[in-house]
Amino acid sequence: MRHIISILLENEAGALSRVAGLFSARGYNIESLTVAPTEDASLSRMTIVTTGSEDVLEQITKQLNKLVDVVKVVDLSEAAHSERELMLIKVRATGKDREEMKRMADIFRGRIIDVTDSTYVIELTGTGAKLDSFIAALDAGLILETVRTGVCGIGRGDRILKV
Amino acid sequence: MTLTGAEIVIRCLQEEKVDYVFGYPGGSVLHIYDELFKQDDIKHILVRHEQAAVHAADAYSRSSERVGVALVTSGPGVTNAVTGIATAYMDSIPMVVLCGQVPTYYIGQDAFQECDTVGITRPCVKHNFLVKDVKDLASTMKKAFHIAKTGRPGPVVVDIPKDITANKCEFEYPASVQMRSYNPVVKGHLGQIKKAVQMLLEAKQPIIYTGGGVVLSDASEKLVKLAKRLNFPVTNTLMGLGGYPATDKQFVGMLGMHGTYEANMTMQHADVVLAIGARFDDRVIGNPEHFGGVPRKIIHVDIDPSSISKRVKVDVPIVGNVPDVLDELLKLLDDGAKAAPDVSDWWQQIDGWRAKNSLGYKQGDLIEPQYVVEKLYEVTQGEAFITSDVGQHQMFAAQYYKFDKPRRWINSGGLGTMGVGLPYAMGVLFANPGAQVACITGEGSIQMCIQELSTCKQFELPVKIINLNNGMLGMVRQWQEMFYSKRYSQSYVTSLPDFVKLAESYGHVGMRIEKPEDVVPALKKAFTEYKDRLVFMDFIIDPEANVYPMVAAGKGLSEMILSEDL
Ligand SMILES: Cc1cc2nc3c(=O)[nH]c(=O)nc-3n(C[C@H](O)[C@H](O)[C@H](O)COP(=O)(O)OP(=O)(O)OC[C@H]3O[C@@H](n4cnc5c(N)ncnc54)[C@H](O)[C@@H]3O)c2cc1C
Ligand SMILES: Cc1ncc(C[n+]2csc(CCOP(=O)(O)OP(=O)(O)O)c2C)c(N)n1
Repeated sequence: MRHIISILLENEAGALSRVAGLFSARGYNIESLTVAPTEDASLSRMTIVTTGSEDVLEQITKQLNKLVDVVKVVDLSEAAHSERELMLIKVRATGKDREEMKRMADIFRGRIIDVTDSTYVIELTGTGAKLDSFIAALDAGLILETVRTGVCGIGRGDRILKV
Repeated sequence: MTLTGAEIVIRCLQEEKVDYVFGYPGGSVLHIYDELFKQDDIKHILVRHEQAAVHAADAYSRSSERVGVALVTSGPGVTNAVTGIATAYMDSIPMVVLCGQVPTYYIGQDAFQECDTVGITRPCVKHNFLVKDVKDLASTMKKAFHIAKTGRPGPVVVDIPKDITANKCEFEYPASVQMRSYNPVVKGHLGQIKKAVQMLLEAKQPIIYTGGGVVLSDASEKLVKLAKRLNFPVTNTLMGLGGYPATDKQFVGMLGMHGTYEANMTMQHADVVLAIGARFDDRVIGNPEHFGGVPRKIIHVDIDPSSISKRVKVDVPIVGNVPDVLDELLKLLDDGAKAAPDVSDWWQQIDGWRAKNSLGYKQGDLIEPQYVVEKLYEVTQGEAFITSDVGQHQMFAAQYYKFDKPRRWINSGGLGTMGVGLPYAMGVLFANPGAQVACITGEGSIQMCIQELSTCKQFELPVKIINLNNGMLGMVRQWQEMFYSKRYSQSYVTSLPDFVKLAESYGHVGMRIEKPEDVVPALKKAFTEYKDRLVFMDFIIDPEANVYPMVAAGKGLSEMILSEDL
C-alpha cells in the first residue's frame, strides 16, 4: 500500500539525514521525499511517499516519532487529503510538434514557462498520477528532460498538522 | 560569568555530579584536558584504548543508577569509540560520550584527524549533537544528559570542535530541559492496564517474561510484588537477569536460545504472556512464526512504542515506564481485592519440565566451565558483580550464576561485543568501590581488550578474571560442530600467551588451574589472600564443552537440543 507521511521536524542541520538514514538502515522504501521550512522557520515539513504493509507502516511511524528531532508524524493517506507534485518538463517543440505541445500543455493545465526556437519548458502540477499520464500522453522521443519535486500533501478540512 | 568552552564542559559535568570520566587525550580535546587538570571534583580514568573508555563508562551506568561519561579525541579517538557506543545503544544504556572535533572553520576540509562523527555515530546513538557555537554548549550538555537517561535510555554523543572549547561566553547551566520534539511517555494508558488485569485474572497458563527494561528502571521490587501477588512463573531474558531473584521458586530461569527447558516450555505453552521491558528478540523467541502459531494473549509493557508489535503482534500494548505501570497494575488488583487465578495445575506441569534438570552436566577429569561458574557463585555467595565477554562462557555465566539482585550481571546482549568484559569490570569498580567483581571470559575475548590490564594496575582495580580457556573460539566451534559437520574453520586459537606471566608482567597475580580439585582453592585464594589484587585465573577447561539447552536459529522455542549428559 502506498502511504504519504507528513513529518514536522526541527529545522536543524542533520535532521534530514536522520530521517533518510532511518529509512535506509531499516530497509523501508522511499518513493519520494520533499522537505522545506514552514511558516515557522524553526520547523521543517517533510513529506515522504512510501509503500509497505500495515505492520511496516506502524513501525515507520513509531520509528520516526522516536527520532529526537521529529516533532509530529501523520499518515496523510489515512483520511481525506490533497496531494500535489510539481514537474518541469523540457520538450522538443519544432514544426507541427510546436502547436501540439502547446495544446497538450493546455489540456493538462500546464504552463509554458520557457520558450526557445526549438524547445518549451512546461510547468505542471497535480497528483503523481496526473504527471505520469502527461508524460505518457507525449511522444517519448520529444521529451528532453524532466524534473519532479516529489509529492507534498496536506489534510483536508479540519485536519491540521501543527505544533 | 564568562568562561571558555572547555571550562563550560567541566562545569556542566560538575553540575551533573559526574565523578569519573573515562577517556584518552588528543589534539582536539587538549583544552578540555587542561581544565580537567585544574580541578579535583572529576577524576579522569586514563584507559589504554578508547573502546575501553566507552565500555567502562557503559558499565558504570549499568551497575549504578548514574550516567557514565567518556571523553575521546577527534578522528581515530572517535572511530575507536564506535564499538563501545554501538554496544551501549543495542542494550539501551544511558551514557554521554564527549568527542573532540577539528575547529569549526576546518570542518569539511579533510583536516588532520577529522571524521564525520555525527554521521558515523548517527545509527548507533539515541541522539547526537555537533556544537557550532559556544553559546549552545551548556544547553546541549544539559539536553545530552536528559536524553540519555529518560525514556528508553541510550548513548548520546556530543561533538565539540576545538575552537568552541577556546571561545568564551556567559555560563549558566539550565535548570530544566524543554523540548517540543522529545517527551517520553511515563504513565501507561489506564484503559489498557484494566484490560491487562482482566486478562491476567482469567489466565490459566500465564507467564511473566521480563527483560532489561525492569533492570534499567529499577523496578525489581515491584516486579516481585506483582509476581507474588499472582503466583505466576517468571522468566528473564539475558538482559533481564537479576530483575527477578534467581533463587526464588517462581523463577523458571532464562529463556531463549540457551534458556532452560522449563522457561522455554512455559513460554511456548503459555496462554497469557505478560512481557515487561523485553523486546521479543530473535534469540529469545526463536522463529516468530513458530511463536506466533500458538494461540495466546500477549500484554506488552514498554516505554518505547517501537518495541511493541515489532516482531510479534501484541494484544494489549501498554506504553509506559515499568515502575509506573506496575504500580497501576498492583493498585487495580488490590482495589477489587481480586483473587488471583488458580494456577496449581500449571505449576504441576512446569515442575514436570523442571524435573528434566536441563542444566545438568557431568564434572569429570577435565574442568567443566559450568563447574567453575557454580563454584564462583558459592565462593562469592552470590554477591559479586559479574561481567562477561561474549561466547560460551557468557552463556555459562548467565545460566549458572544465580543473580538475585539487579545491575549485578553486566554483559553485551544486543551487539554481543567480544572484549567488553575487562573494561566492564573497571567501570563497575568505579561505580561500586570495594565490591567483588569477577570477569568471566574466554581466551579469545579477553585478548580483545587485554591492554586494560595496565589501566587496572594504574588504578589498583582488584578484578578477578575467570578465563575459561578452551583454546577455542568456543561458541563458533559449537556452531561448526552442530551445523557445519565439524569443519572447524578458524575457530582454534593458537599461540596463546602464557596468561600467568602476562598478568605478572603487568604487576598482577596470575594463576593457572588445570585440575578440578584446584578450582575451589584457587577461587578462595583469589577472593581472600589476593582480595585487593587483580587476579588472572586461567582455567584450562574441557575444550569440547557445549552450551545446552540450545534452540537452533530458525527453530521454535520448544525444539531444544538438550545435553547428552542428561
Ligand atoms: C552469544 C549470545 C547468546 C544469547 N542468547 C540469549 C538467550 O538465550 N536468551 C536471551 O534472553 N538472550 C540471549 N542473548 C541476548 C539477546 O541477543 C538480546 O540482547 C536480549 O535477549 C534482549 O533482552 P531484552 O528483551 O530484555 O531487551 P533489552 O535489550 O534489554 O531492551 C529493553 C527493553 O525494555 C524497554 N525499556 C527500557 N527502559 C524501560 C522503562 N523504563 N520502562 C519500560 N520499558 C523500558 C526498552 O524499550 C526495550 O524494549 C544472547 C546474546 C549473545 C551475545
Ligand atoms: C568483536 C566480535 N567479533 C566476533 C564475534 C563472534 N563471536 C561470538 S562468540 C565468539 C568466540 C568467543 O571465543 P572465546 O572468547 O574464547 O569464548 P568461548 O566461546 O570459547 O567461551 C566469536 C568469535 C563477536 N561476538 N564479537
